Amino acid sequence: MTLKLGVPSKGRLMDKTFDWFAEHGVQIARTGSDREYSGRVEGVEGIELVLLSAGEIPRELSAGRIHLGVTGSDLVQERIADWENRVQALEPMGFGYADLIIAVPRCWADVDTLDDLDAAAAAFRAAHGHRLRIATKYHRLVREFLREAGVADYQLVDSQGATEGTVKNLTAEAIADITSTGETLRANHLKILSDGLIHRSQATLFKSRSAPCDDACRASFRALSDRLGLGS
Amino acid sequence: MASKAQTLAQAERLFAFCRNSGAQPVQTAVLQPAETLLDLYGEDIRARAYVTSDPLRGEQMLRPDFTVPVVQMHMDDGGDPARYTYMGEVFRRQERDPNRPNEYIQVGYELFGGDDPAAADAEVFALFSEMLSPFGLRAATGDIGLLLAAVQGLATTDKRKAALTRHIWRPRRFRALLERFGGRSPVPESRKRLLADLDRHGVQAVLDAAGPEIGLRSRDDVAARLAALQADAAEPPISVAQVELLEDILSLRETSLNALAHLRDIAVDMPAIAPALDRMQARLDALAAQGIDVDLLDFEASYGRTTMEYYDGFVFGFYAEGRPDLPPVASGGRYDALTRILGRGRAVPAVGGVVRPELVLTLTEETAQ
Repeated sequence: MTLKLGVPSKGRLMDKTFDWFAEHGVQIARTGSDREYSGRVEGVEGIELVLLSAGEIPRELSAGRIHLGVTGSDLVQERIADWENRVQALEPMGFGYADLIIAVPRCWADVDTLDDLDAAAAAFRAAHGHRLRIATKYHRLVREFLREAGVADYQLVDSQGATEGTVKNLTAEAIADITSTGETLRANHLKILSDGLIHRSQATLFKSRSAPCDDACRASFRALSDRLGLGS
Repeated sequence: MASKAQTLAQAERLFAFCRNSGAQPVQTAVLQPAETLLDLYGEDIRARAYVTSDPLRGEQMLRPDFTVPVVQMHMDDGGDPARYTYMGEVFRRQERDPNRPNEYIQVGYELFGGDDPAAADAEVFALFSEMLSPFGLRAATGDIGLLLAAVQGLATTDKRKAALTRHIWRPRRFRALLERFGGRSPVPESRKRLLADLDRHGVQAVLDAAGPEIGLRSRDDVAARLAALQADAAEPPISVAQVELLEDILSLRETSLNALAHLRDIAVDMPAIAPALDRMQARLDALAAQGIDVDLLDFEASYGRTTMEYYDGFVFGFYAEGRPDLPPVASGGRYDALTRILGRGRAVPAVGGVVRPELVLTLTEETAQ
């Protein structure tokens, strides 16, 4: 049985993943034409490369259809319920940094903390007749974070893109989204709450806890671990 | 592990017990409009209930409990007093523990109206106590109404009391607020700066400097809260003595009569809780009249704060002491405020509870062995 390694199939995340493995003595390359999603792994025997959209890698890991996968820790924690029991984070890879944060309009001079957000939400609901809307695509992470913080009287509205624009478009009052430099937030007159960091994400090598693995597959994993210096 | 058929048979027995106690059997739809439940419980309910969508009716929820639809039914056309019983599945989404059931049967008993809340509390408690008497369960009781009264009794502003009341059911946030209002946690630097700016430049100048107005939360909304922050900063902290009284109440765990005696002592310094204590006294008398041994009945002032947040009076649960792994076999409480919200201004006193037949069956099997 081969060890299946899922890596992002395109873009900067793919290039950086290939670079990271190369730096650790494992050559990964795509094969065939630019458009063909196939590749090979050199340096360790018995590994099959699976090129996938980064967003699908958490699901494949959780289902046990791939043994290893590279994706953002934000995606794993958002998309896999009880993720710690389904996958294991083997190694943070030092790229693909992004912070999942809560941001509110800069004109909210009275709001700087989650405590303020909670109080503002209560007053907003009383004045406007509905719960304060927070636009996001990270529903689970945001909900758990706000529950831990004891924030009430908010509702999450789904936003799969251009989330920073939702406040100006009156479809949300605040947002929870990924940011790396904060540039887009500033351009849209938003500010990050001082205690509004939900998750600091980076590309991470994950291992499925449920993928079936025979002796040959385990041998490949040990060889790869040694080469990558995991657990050392 | 009991089969579904066995559980259903057990549910039928409990359902018959409730009907024989004079309750009218009722049914509710499995699919409930999600909006009502979301407005009541907030976004957290999404983690605990299944949400599905209907192309015409919008978001629907598989009923996570019966109380809300039964209240709605009663508020539409119920008599006074009215006793209802029901039996059926409830659905609970599990995001953490795959071993917890995501659907199970509940049998419930709800009592609406009447003019003697103490007697109603006692009737419902005694019903479940008798139903479960073969299993030697430990009963836990509490009183959210007492906590609400204690918060109202604090010598501080209405705004602070409202903020504390809103978070009675979120103990950690409640604690943080109490620390702040009591002057025991430091004011965040950003708040200090903001207050200084407001003092120096005024609300309008602070707003002008903050950024362009965007979104539905208006400049007036922000100005109103800035004014509220200034007003609150000018208020003295809640006194140490008052915070200690409240903490004393919150941490109280005693048998009911001892608890009441202790609370009477506290009421000397916090007279606002006296009416709640009179109600507690009346309830204990009514429980004794129902044959409950109130000398042994546990009272835990913070009981029920982390469960469903609609209880606002007497709360109770029945636990199998030898099986700490099991959830409460039965639980319930008073929820007058919920009837006011769902009745659009009209309110009816209401108290009720639910029992889980599959747990009763588990205990029956253990008792038999």
